[in-house]
Amino acid sequence: MAEAMIATAPAAAPTRSAGQRLAKRLGPIALSLVVPLLLLLGWHLAVKAGMTRLIPSPAEVAEYMVDFAVGGIWDDAFSATLHLHLLASASRVYGGFLLAAVVAVPLGLLIGRIELVRQLLDPFLQLMRPIPVTAWLPLSMILFGLGPKSAFFLVFLGAFYPILLNTIFGVKNVEPRLFEAASMLGCRGNAQFFRVVLPAALPSIFTGLRLGLGLAWFVIVVGEMTGVPQGLGAVIMDGRTLSRTELVICGMIVIGIAGFVSDRVVVMLMNRALRWSPMHRG
Amino acid sequence: MAEIPILDIRHVGKTYTLGDARIEALRDANLTVKKGEFVCLIGASGCGKSTLLRIVAGFEQPTNGDALMWDKPIAGPAPDRGMVFQDYGLFPWLTVRENIGFGPKSRGRPKSEVAETVERFVNLIGLTRFADAHPHQLSGGMKQRVAIARVLANDAEVVLMDEPFGALDAMTRERLQDELLELWQRTGLTVLFVTHSIEEAIFLADRVVVMEPGPGRIASEHRIELPRPRDVSSPEFNEVRRELGARLHSHHAKKAA
Repeated sequence: MAEAMIATAPAAAPTRSAGQRLAKRLGPIALSLVVPLLLLLGWHLAVKAGMTRLIPSPAEVAEYMVDFAVGGIWDDAFSATLHLHLLASASRVYGGFLLAAVVAVPLGLLIGRIELVRQLLDPFLQLMRPIPVTAWLPLSMILFGLGPKSAFFLVFLGAFYPILLNTIFGVKNVEPRLFEAASMLGCRGNAQFFRVVLPAALPSIFTGLRLGLGLAWFVIVVGEMTGVPQGLGAVIMDGRTLSRTELVICGMIVIGIAGFVSDRVVVMLMNRALRWSPMHRG
Repeated sequence: MAEIPILDIRHVGKTYTLGDARIEALRDANLTVKKGEFVCLIGASGCGKSTLLRIVAGFEQPTNGDALMWDKPIAGPAPDRGMVFQDYGLFPWLTVRENIGFGPKSRGRPKSEVAETVERFVNLIGLTRFADAHPHQLSGGMKQRVAIARVLANDAEVVLMDEPFGALDAMTRERLQDELLELWQRTGLTVLFVTHSIEEAIFLADRVVVMEPGPGRIASEHRIELPRPRDVSSPEFNEVRRELGARLHSHHAKKAA
């Protein structure tokens, strides 16, 4: 008996621990799905109960989504056009975002480090900052015309400030000790810019990039209200004009997923670049 | 005085201005250090010992007097005077290797030479296994070894140490003290070491400089004649400790009176 128990105990242990490991991995995923599934259920029941005529049920939206993506169900103007709209929006989002990053990061480094540049630009930029991106819409339509350029500009504007402000913050908060260490090791003046300031500010710069990219997806709908033929914002606006709520919801879902995936990509890059920082692991 | 001292501090004073207030951190300090000497600065907080060290490092300019190295005024921080900070001051985004190579690389040394220097010092401090680790993965003792190595790898003639072992536990501190002495004896470095521990000062130094606060100044100097390696539990060591302790306390008593 005793021997049998000894024999079975180690055999049982690994299977249980494997099961536990699986549960440990799936646990958080399952938990994160609870609220969305409950909301879906609530939505479904509310539509079933006839609380609204204007909103389609989740199943109907899912069906439209399939049609929107691959077509073959309704065959209307929007069938199988998802990739076109997604590509149009993504190119504007990433284009505007990258341009904002290319301008805002160097500018933030300069403002944070050089007093003259700060005095020259900071008051002006602070004054422009409270103006919401949406308020720029009419002006940008005049400046850039009806079309993709205007959307591009608004995305740029939306992503610009979070990147700029976080870069400045990062530069200003470099530990003074590191400048002392660098200078006594023979790294002085402008050389400190690349060897101390930039790497030390990198965590803040990444925070800015994350926020900026998030805002870029946020602004794209507004940007694409300006009469562009393609783009997820345009789909949502068209859906609204045509009273096709399912189209609006499909556009919302695609933007949500695209924004989420973009953010994960930035987080992945961030984790790679900031392996040295214990605060940025995982 | 045929021999030129490596460090010559002449009537050095430092006054900070904070708004309307003027704070005299250091008054009329005089000190000469010969090449290869191990000098400890000791005293209560506010005695100006860190200020004096930072003036020698070139981080601060004296308000009065002259700070000279090899008879030339110290103009600013430079690789010939390496500083070891209590909080390490390592670059968190660089590995152990890269931290040690930072100085030689900044000074434009060829790549192969930098790599060779780095390997030598990584081995010297016994961190071969951690050579590619980042500072946050190291213990305090390891970090301080890296901080010392990066200064030595950069050909520092004078090593300035500002309570370098103050944040370490007692066992690690003792081990690093031994390692530092061994390095010092092997390389002929000049060390200026700030501490507030009498025992640490007597264990390490050729000469102990006692400083006192209000305003910060040098009160007395004591040559430690104990043969090395020193035994902290020996009666001779204790006698020196008692003597120096009495000196420190009498300075404080005089000030309090």
